[in-house]
Amino acid sequence: MKIQETSSNYDVIIVGAGIVGCAMARRFTLEGASVLVLEKSTDILDGASKGNSAILHTGFDAPPNSVEHGCIVEGYQEYIQIRAKLNLPLLETGALVTAWTHAEENLLEGILAKAQLNGVVDAKLLSAKQTLLLEPELSSQVKAAIHVPREFVIDPWTAPTVYMLQAIKNGAKLLRNAEVKSGEFNGDYWLLKTTRGSVKCSTVINCAGLYGDKLDALLLNKTSFEIRPRKGQFLVYDKAASRLIKSIILPVPNDITKGVVVCRTAFGNVLVGPTAEEQQSRDDASVTRDALNALKAKGIEIIPALANLPITATYAGIRPATQFKDYCIERFDDKNYISVGGIRSTGLTGALGIAQYVFKMYSSASKKHQPLGSPLYPSVIPIAESEKRDWKQKGNEGIVCHCEWVTQREIKKALTGVMPAGSLEGLKRRTRVTMGRCQGFYCSAQLSQLTEGYFKEPIAKPVKGGVNE
Amino acid sequence: MNNIPKSCEVAIIGSGPAGLSTAIALKKQGIKDVWVIERFGDAGGNPRHCGHSPFGMREFKRVYFGPKYAKQLVKTALKQGVKIALNTTVVSIEKGGLLTLSTEEGVKTLNAKSVVLSTGIREKPRSVRLISGQRPLGIMTAGALQSMVYLSENKPFERPVIIGSELVSFSSVATCRHASIKPVAMIEENARPTAWAFLSLYPRLQGVKFLNKTRLVEIIGKKRVEAVRVETASGQLETIQCDGVIFTGQFTPEASLARLGHLDIDTLSNGPLVDQFGRCSDTRFFASGNVLRPVETAAWCWQEGIDTAQHIVSSLNQTLDVNEKNIKIATRSPVIKFCVPQRLSYTQDIKKVDLQIRLTRKAKGLLGLYAKNIKICEKRISGLPERRIIMTISVDEMKLIFSSKENLELRFEGS
Ligand SMILES: Cc1cc2nc3c(=O)[nH]c(=O)nc-3n(C[C@H](O)[C@H](O)[C@H](O)COP(=O)(O)OP(=O)(O)OC[C@H]3O[C@@H](n4cnc5c(N)ncnc54)[C@H](O)[C@@H]3O)c2cc1C
Ligand SMILES: Cc1cc2nc3c(=O)[nH]c(=O)nc-3n(C[C@H](O)[C@H](O)[C@H](O)COP(=O)(O)OP(=O)(O)OC[C@H]3O[C@@H](n4cnc5c(N)ncnc54)[C@H](O)[C@@H]3O)c2cc1C
Repeated sequence: MKIQETSSNYDVIIVGAGIVGCAMARRFTLEGASVLVLEKSTDILDGASKGNSAILHTGFDAPPNSVEHGCIVEGYQEYIQIRAKLNLPLLETGALVTAWTHAEENLLEGILAKAQLNGVVDAKLLSAKQTLLLEPELSSQVKAAIHVPREFVIDPWTAPTVYMLQAIKNGAKLLRNAEVKSGEFNGDYWLLKTTRGSVKCSTVINCAGLYGDKLDALLLNKTSFEIRPRKGQFLVYDKAASRLIKSIILPVPNDITKGVVVCRTAFGNVLVGPTAEEQQSRDDASVTRDALNALKAKGIEIIPALANLPITATYAGIRPATQFKDYCIERFDDKNYISVGGIRSTGLTGALGIAQYVFKMYSSASKKHQPLGSPLYPSVIPIAESEKRDWKQKGNEGIVCHCEWVTQREIKKALTGVMPAGSLEGLKRRTRVTMGRCQGFYCSAQLSQLTEGYFKEPIAKPVKGGVNE
Repeated sequence: MNNIPKSCEVAIIGSGPAGLSTAIALKKQGIKDVWVIERFGDAGGNPRHCGHSPFGMREFKRVYFGPKYAKQLVKTALKQGVKIALNTTVVSIEKGGLLTLSTEEGVKTLNAKSVVLSTGIREKPRSVRLISGQRPLGIMTAGALQSMVYLSENKPFERPVIIGSELVSFSSVATCRHASIKPVAMIEENARPTAWAFLSLYPRLQGVKFLNKTRLVEIIGKKRVEAVRVETASGQLETIQCDGVIFTGQFTPEASLARLGHLDIDTLSNGPLVDQFGRCSDTRFFASGNVLRPVETAAWCWQEGIDTAQHIVSSLNQTLDVNEKNIKIATRSPVIKFCVPQRLSYTQDIKKVDLQIRLTRKAKGLLGLYAKNIKICEKRISGLPERRIIMTISVDEMKLIFSSKENLELRFEGS
C-alpha cells in the first residue's frame, strides 16, 4: 500500500521504531508535536531492540557526567513514575557485582566509589559470607561483592510497545514496511522518500539504531560516528531456575563489556549472557554452538545448580556500538535534524531519558508545542509473570501456548488493533507464544491456524487438496 | 462436561493412553469420582496426531492409526464413567493434592485425595541442542509437524531435512508424505540409525537420502530456512539446500508441573522421581506413562496406567505403606542414561520389581545392582541407545534389599 502523505506536514518524523524510537514518539506526542514514525521492518523492535538483558540500570557504573549517565538516571526515574499507569512490571531484584579473584576484589573499591559519584549511594560492599547469605546458590568461590539494591529487571518488549501504543493513542502515526531511501531538506521542511511513498516534516530524528550512521550519511552526507555491531548471545533457563537466585549477578566489568550476567526475567526464567562479539553484519543475530557452550559453563560456574536445569531457549542481540563510549546525540541546526546514535547497551533504561534529552534539544530551537493536557493511556494485556495474566481471567478463550500460558484471546488481540503483530517474531514479542520450554511442540498447529492471513511470511500454508491418509 | 467440582477422589492430569487407562482401571475397581484434566480441546494425548499405525494391539487386539486409537480410548473411558475436563490446564500442583486450573472461565482449584501425573513427553527443540544460526521460519519438532499436518492441515515447508533417526524420525517421513512434503535428507550423527537398522531402508524408499555420521552444525537463513551446514564423517563441511529443519526425538518428559511444584525430579530421566508403585516424593502424587521416562509405546503407557491404578486403589484403601523411609537407586555410570524407578519403598507384601533402563550409547556388558559392595542382581546386555532394557529384581532379591536397608547403586561393566 503506497501513500502520498506530502499534503500533511508532520512536526517530526522519527526514523526507526526500536526502543529509542518508541520512547521518542511517546515523548514528542505528549509534548504536543505531530509525529510520524517510519520503520523499515514488518514490525517494531526488530533491530538492536530484539534481544537484551532487560535490566533497568541505576547507572552506578556508567561514566560519570556522560550523556549516557544522565539519560539512564532520567529514564530510570520516568519508568518508575509511569509504570503503574501503563501496567508495566518491575522485578525488584537488586544486583550483586561479584568478584571471583583477588584481582577483581581489588577493583570493587573503585566501583563503589564510582557508584557514589553517580549518586547510587545505597550501594554497599559485602563480604563473601554476606554475599552467600543473600544468594545461597551462588558458587562459594565468590570473594566479595557490591550490592546495588535498586538495579531491577523489566519486560523488554512490553515497555517499548506500550510507549509506541501511547504515542499512537494520542495521535502519532506509525508506518511499518517503510524504509527511508532518500531525503531532501529545502530549508523549511524535509521530504523523505520511503518504500511506501513520500512524506513531509519539519524535523527528522534519526533513531535508526544499527543503521544510524547509514541514515546520517543518506540524509546529511556525513556522520560523526560509525556503527560497530557487537553481538551478545544468551541462554534462557527453565522457569524452575528462577528459584535459585533473587539478585542480578553481575561480574566485575571491563572496558569493553559489562560481562556475563545471570539474572531472572520478567517472565520467570533465568538468563545467562550476553557475550560481546564484534562483527561486520548489522543483522546477523546468529547464535553459535561454541559461545552457547561457553555461556553454559560460565553459568554453572556462577550458580552450580544450573547444571541440573534444562535450557529453554537461546537468542542473540546486536548492540549498536560505535568508536565512542558515550551515546552520540547531535543536533544539526541548519538541517532541522537530530541524530540519536550509538545507544549501545543501556538503551532500554535510557530510552525515556534520551527522549526527554532530545526533546529539550529540539525545543530550544524549534517551534513551541502545547503539551497534551490529559494524555490517553493504552490498555494492554500484561505478559509478565507478576501481572494479571489473561489465563487467570474470564473469557480468555483457552490457553494456546501451554508453556507460557498464552491464551487465544491474547493472540487474537495481538493480531488486531492499532499495531497488530506483523510477523511471528512480532507476535512472540507481544505475547511470548512459542517462547517456552517446548518451543512450539504443542501449539504450532493451532498457531498456524490462528495466524492464517495475518503475516507476510506465514508460518505454514494449507496442504493442497487436504491431507491424504 | 466442564463442571469441575471443588474436590474429587482421583485427579489425573493428561488424557493420553496412560491417563485414560489409569482412569478406566480406577473406575473398574469401583473408585467413584475420577476426573481427567486435559489442556487440549480433545482427549487422547499424543496419538491424536500420529497419522500412522501401529496402535492398539495390546489394548484392543487390533491395529489402529493414532487418531482412531485415541478416539477408541476416549470412548472406553466415557463408557466407564470417567469424567474428562477439556480445555483445562493444570498450572500448578501443591502439597495436599491441590491443583490450580486455568479454564476459559478463569482460575479454579481442585482438591484430590490422589493425583496422577500423566503429562507425557515432548521432543527437544533446536534451542536445547545449541545449534548455531539465526531464527528463520521452518524449524520445528516432529511432533509439531505432525499436529500441524494432521490437526490443522497446514504445512510449514516443502523440502526439509530431518535430524535424527529414532522411530519418530521415520514417522515424520510418513507425515511428510501425507502432506506432499519431500524431505531432502535424514541426518544422523551415529553410524547407524537409532531405530532398528532395517528402517534405514524406509526413508530411502521414499526418496530420502540417509546421511549417517553426519552432524548438523548450522542453520542458514534469516526469514526462512535456506540451507543447513553439516559436518560429514571425514570432517568436511557441506551445505544442503532445504527450506526446513525437523528436529526429531531426544524426548524429554513434560514434567514441568513436578519441577515447578514440590516434587523431586530425577536429573537423569528428567521425570518425577518415583518408587516401584509410581509414587512421587509426595506420596499423594503418582506418575505414569511417558512423563516417567522418554520414551515408550502407547501400549506400554497403557499398561503402566493399569498398574498405577492398582497402586492408587491400595493407597486409597491404606493398604499401601506410607513409610517415608525408602531405598534409593543411584546410577553413576555414564553408559546408563536412566533407571526408573529411582527408589524402592518398604512394603509388607513384597513383589518383584522391573527396573526400566536406557543406555546413552551402544554398549555390551554386565549391569549390576549393588547394595554397598554386595551384588544383588545382574543382567547381561548388548544394546543400543533408546532401546528398552528391563532388569527384574526378584522377590527374594527384594527381600535381601529390604533386610540390608542399604541404598543401591546400578553399575555397568563392559565396553
Ligand atoms: C546483548 C544486549 C544486551 C543489552 N542489555 C540491556 C540491558 O540490560 N538494559 C538496557 O537498558 N539496555 C540493554 N541493551 C541495550 C538496548 O537493547 C539498546 O540500547 C536498544 O535496543 C537500542 O535501540 P535503538 O532504538 O537505538 O536501535 P534499534 O533497535 O536498532 O532500532 C532502530 C530501528 O530503525 C529501523 N531502521 C533502520 N534504518 C531505517 C531506515 N532507513 N528506514 C526506516 N527504518 C529504519 C530498524 O529497522 C530498527 O527497527 C542491550 C543490548 C544488547 C544487544
Ligand atoms: C511423533 C510420535 C509418533 C509416535 N508413534 C507411535 C506409534 O506408532 N506407536 C506407539 O505405540 N507409540 C507411538 N508414539 C508414542 C505414544 O504417542 C506415546 O507412547 C503415548 O502417547 C504416551 O502416552 P502418555 O499418556 O504418557 O502421554 P501423551 O499421549 O503425551 O498424553 C499427555 C497428555 O497430557 C496433557 N497434559 C500435559 N500437561 C498438562 C497439564 N498441565 N494440564 C492438562 N493436561 C496436560 C497433554 O495435553 C496430553 O494430552 C509416538 C509418539 C510421537 C511423539
